[in-house]
Amino acid sequence: LPTTVYRGKRDFDRLLIKGGRIVNDDQSFHADIYMEDGLIKQIGDNLIVPGGVKTIEANGKMVIPGGIDIHTHFQMPYRGTTTVDDFNQGSKAALAGGTTMIVDHVIPEPGTSLMEAYDQWRQWADEKTCCDYSLHVDITHWNDSVKQEVDNLIKEKGVNSFHVYMAYKDYYQMSNSELYEVFTFLAERGGIAQVHAENGEIIAEEQARMLQMGITGPEGHVLSRPEELEAEAVFRAITIASQTNCPLYVTRVMSKSAADIISQARKKGNVVFGEPITASLGTDGTHYWSKNWAKAASFVTSPPLSPDPTTPDYLNTLLSSGDLSVTGSAHCTFSVAQKAIGKDDFTQIPEGVNGVEERMALIWDKAVTTGKMDENMFVAVTSTNAAKILNLYPRKGRIAVGSDADLVIWDTDSIRTITAKTHNSAAEYNVFEGMELRGAPLVVICQGKIVLEDGNLHATSGVGRFIPCSPFPDFAYKRVKARKQLAVLRAVPRGMYDGPVSEFSMSRGGTPSASARTSPTKQPVRNLHQSGFSLAGPPTPDDVPIRPAGRRIVVPPGGRSNITSLS
Amino acid sequence: MGKRLWSVPPSSSSLPPPPSSSSLLLPPPPLLSDSVWEGKALVHRRRPGGCQDAIRSLRLFLFPICGLPEDQLRPPLLLLPPLHHPHFNKPRTSRRLAVPGRSVKTEPPTKMSGYQGKKNIPRITSDRLLIKGAKIVNDDQSFCADIYMEDGVIKQIGENLIVPGGVKTIDAHGGMLMPGGIDVHTRFQMPDRGMTAADDFYQGTKAALAGGTTMIIDHVIPEPGISLISAFEQWREWADSKSCCDYSLHVDITEWHKGIQEEMETLVKDHGVNSFLVYLAYKDIFQLTDSQVYEVFSVIRDLGAIAQVHAENGDIVAEEQRRILEQGITGPEGHVLSRPEEVEAEAVNRSVTVANQTNCPLYVTKVMSKSAADVIAQARKKGTVVYGEPITASLGTDGSHYWSKNWAKAAAYVTSPPLSPDPTTPDYLNSLLSCGDLQVTGSAHCPFNTAQRAVGKDDFSLIPEGVNGTEERMSIIWDKCVVTGKMDENQFVAVTSTNAAKIFNLYPRKGRIAVGSDADLVLWDPDLTKIISAKSHNSTVEYNIFEGTEVRGGPLVVISQGKIVLEEGNLHATEGSGRYVARKPFPDYVYKRIKARSRLAELRGVPRGLYDGPVCEVSVTPKTMTPASSAKTSPAKQPNQPVRNLHQSGFSLSGAQIDDNVPRRNTQRIVAPPGGRANITSLG
Repeated sequence: LPTTVYRGKRDFDRLLIKGGRIVNDDQSFHADIYMEDGLIKQIGDNLIVPGGVKTIEANGKMVIPGGIDIHTHFQMPYRGTTTVDDFNQGSKAALAGGTTMIVDHVIPEPGTSLMEAYDQWRQWADEKTCCDYSLHVDITHWNDSVKQEVDNLIKEKGVNSFHVYMAYKDYYQMSNSELYEVFTFLAERGGIAQVHAENGEIIAEEQARMLQMGITGPEGHVLSRPEELEAEAVFRAITIASQTNCPLYVTRVMSKSAADIISQARKKGNVVFGEPITASLGTDGTHYWSKNWAKAASFVTSPPLSPDPTTPDYLNTLLSSGDLSVTGSAHCTFSVAQKAIGKDDFTQIPEGVNGVEERMALIWDKAVTTGKMDENMFVAVTSTNAAKILNLYPRKGRIAVGSDADLVIWDTDSIRTITAKTHNSAAEYNVFEGMELRGAPLVVICQGKIVLEDGNLHATSGVGRFIPCSPFPDFAYKRVKARKQLAVLRAVPRGMYDGPVSEFSMSRGGTPSASARTSPTKQPVRNLHQSGFSLAGPPTPDDVPIRPAGRRIVVPPGGRSNITSLS
Repeated sequence: MGKRLWSVPPSSSSLPPPPSSSSLLLPPPPLLSDSVWEGKALVHRRRPGGCQDAIRSLRLFLFPICGLPEDQLRPPLLLLPPLHHPHFNKPRTSRRLAVPGRSVKTEPPTKMSGYQGKKNIPRITSDRLLIKGAKIVNDDQSFCADIYMEDGVIKQIGENLIVPGGVKTIDAHGGMLMPGGIDVHTRFQMPDRGMTAADDFYQGTKAALAGGTTMIIDHVIPEPGISLISAFEQWREWADSKSCCDYSLHVDITEWHKGIQEEMETLVKDHGVNSFLVYLAYKDIFQLTDSQVYEVFSVIRDLGAIAQVHAENGDIVAEEQRRILEQGITGPEGHVLSRPEEVEAEAVNRSVTVANQTNCPLYVTKVMSKSAADVIAQARKKGTVVYGEPITASLGTDGSHYWSKNWAKAAAYVTSPPLSPDPTTPDYLNSLLSCGDLQVTGSAHCPFNTAQRAVGKDDFSLIPEGVNGTEERMSIIWDKCVVTGKMDENQFVAVTSTNAAKIFNLYPRKGRIAVGSDADLVLWDPDLTKIISAKSHNSTVEYNIFEGTEVRGGPLVVISQGKIVLEEGNLHATEGSGRYVARKPFPDYVYKRIKARSRLAELRGVPRGLYDGPVCEVSVTPKTMTPASSAKTSPAKQPNQPVRNLHQSGFSLSGAQIDDNVPRRNTQRIVAPPGGRANITSLG
């Protein structure tokens, strides 16, 4: 046995789970698990463990890797206020639901430094989080200094995923050119490009139209953001990602059509991951028409929940088939008073729904009890895939020797009714209010310590560690790297064109940079009256650089121009 | 005055002996009986197999003296539209004059058709024209009949027409007579950076006529900053002076502001324009943003016009162009490498989304790739009103030529969106055209000669863009689609003329053979084979992108405005004879659905009591989406809607309430209810 340094809380540092059925994303098997110092040390039968170890009898129940909620917005500042769930409240809710790691989004105000915002979030989270966490950084504007900061964040700060917005016109929104540049840069540095996919320009137009028509309530939110706008933006993001050979991650897949676009793109070979959230898997957008303004407003999030009530079932199906890869909660809760900022104008309603606590149980209920997926797939979509994308696998997302001791003993038969009265969030409304879910965590172990047992939560504020994510996750980049090698384009070696050239004005041309580079005036028309022949050396045409004939044309005539797409 | 004989039927010996029992004898039509026509015969081509039969049958039908069993050969036809000519009200018993047992008499061919002439009419006027023995092909059916035209308009269709003397007659011998083609997309005489596209309106329309196209719709491209109206008038002037066939004009929207909107209104109301093109490509030149496109589409829908779109993501193209040039790729292959088809499909998808959102009919010009066509086909399945226009080039050739070692040849293929390097593209697009997923065909004819192209000899992004195709369009489609069995002759008519006429509100004046329609006709020979070559084409450019392609099917006779402009391979186009054809807004074919959806798509708010709970204080930086919306209803700017003071009673005997100024909409119906779709304009 490895020697361990005894510390004060030694009772909890060693833990044995006996008689559990270990469920990973690939297989399930019966074995005992011994943990020490927050790590899984042994897996097997009849383990030899030191005395004085706390033992949990699993009685044949499932032991799964703790959930990873890959998308949260705890303690998010919004116009001077902050979301009601801070890192303490939020991560407590996460643990209560069987999630032992969260990945939060750093949102720098446009124009401010990414690094400062990152440090700010680190400080908040280090103080308060009850479970391990990582951070995505949102890129809300783009220039060379941002580029430098992104580079530093990847190299030194353990961030490998960056989020860009196609919505929120004149605020966070990026143009296609900027997206292209961000994606190109991320592809070079081994980052994952995350995207909030909605066409912000059309939304802005639609919002103006709705307000003109006198629609000011929360129904205006969904009416001004029809799901087509989400699907359109997903399509565009995929096009740009494919063009730049950058792995793409679509946050908050809320509608059937957006999910369809992702699954089609995956069939064509695009490296794209889709993240449905608890809300889109569990409820729909009919509540925007609720006569209770506060209730309707509590569902406001972007992209909105689809008013099509068949959406949750459809998304659960695609999640089960693997077309959608990971699940988050996009947990970002505001109180009713905060939501009421937009009581006369739906565009002012702060956006976000709850879901960090309900995520695991909801997926179990909607996807596993209905037979859409098995327990292994459940583990894949709640933790393993996320860990792979974040390059944390197998430290997280797997029960194996050496992995972190973040475990959940899952009770498949427990039935619970979700209500704001009992939830761990500080918000007054729960978007899943009244929903009866089968499946719940019986015991939650985080960092090798029991945090949930017998329905009692023993979360400790500030114990959560920042888990750095390294770039070039194999799960996304193996394919991208291979394609990069193939996708080298070569010019056709031709003799110089030496025929007549028309006069033309430069008032209209391709890109300014292009025209500046090779203005035809710099290469005079060949003077046919002057002989180029000379005994001293080669004739004039030779000083024209003829491209080496030996170069191979990797993209031959008749072949595809874009090798990154396999279709 | 030359005397000419219009077509001599083959000697009767080439025909099987007619069974006497059912043979027919019909005197030649009285008006034609004393024809004085004789002389040079039109070369009668021997046709193989089935075609020969068709010709026989039709000749019999109209010239029964040649004799064959009528019931065997007469096509099931004469589902003619009711005509007002008295002839059609009479029972057609006159045809049954055959005397059983009588053998067929063959009259001298010289008397079979002709023109009375000299006495009555001093010269052959082409204002009157009779086509006999044609198989008339419309988009819905084919039938055999004669056609009489006068003053450029079809006056009669039927058998045994009563026509005035002195009419020039063409014997179709059962050949297919179809509406003249409409090339919905040309760019003749297009200015580009001080140069002009090599084919002007004269040369271009001549080429069009040579290929069986009798109407073109050209694009007016105002330079950004130039008024739409003045550009439109400039194009009118160019076209009126040079065009040899009827024409109309699309107007391109190359920038967007309030003045443009007013000009669009004027163009629709006073100038007969009902289609406008916007560009999603050509960054910093023509390209419009999504917001602008949204606004343009909204205006177009209100005006009842068609929104056309050049669909390519200009932002990505610009980035890719820079990247490719940086890699040292400067030749024409860089053009296609910097514009991969995904970029086209993305823009098509985006414009479909905007069109759905604005409930505006969409028309995608130049569908060049499989994926773009797929996006259109899918959108149509979901109910979007969208039309796709493949062009001659995308139907007939592919982008492998961009890699040609001959720079000039490679450059001749440069157009945007580019031809796809995937060699299966033309076949795929032809299939979608045949099944109706793509509806119309243009040529986007805009060739430049090699010296002009050479402007971009060191930088592909400077090569002027455009390919030929107006002359080849009909033949290419016939060869690729009809000969291969993908479509029938009726669908051929639909995609080469009828659909275009319907979309642009020219139907049934154009795109149909019917009484009252314009006399723009083509006698089509399905067996004519031709090898396309720059040596023989009517365009002025040195390269033809279809060089060496052997196509089957071509026009034998072309009639434009009731006048013969092509016969026996000779083109008699008259410069400046083309008329501008004005188009009205709100074409039924397009707008019937749009109108119905407009009525349905009204959205209503939910009637709620006023929220009177606590409201959080907010700081200065509002999370506004648009200046417009925030300016309208920013909470800070509506001091007249304060938080309701619950301590103060709003009750008053005079009836006024403190919140009277808050509009309540209790009586409004929610058309899009919970659980329903938010966007009713999409049926998917």
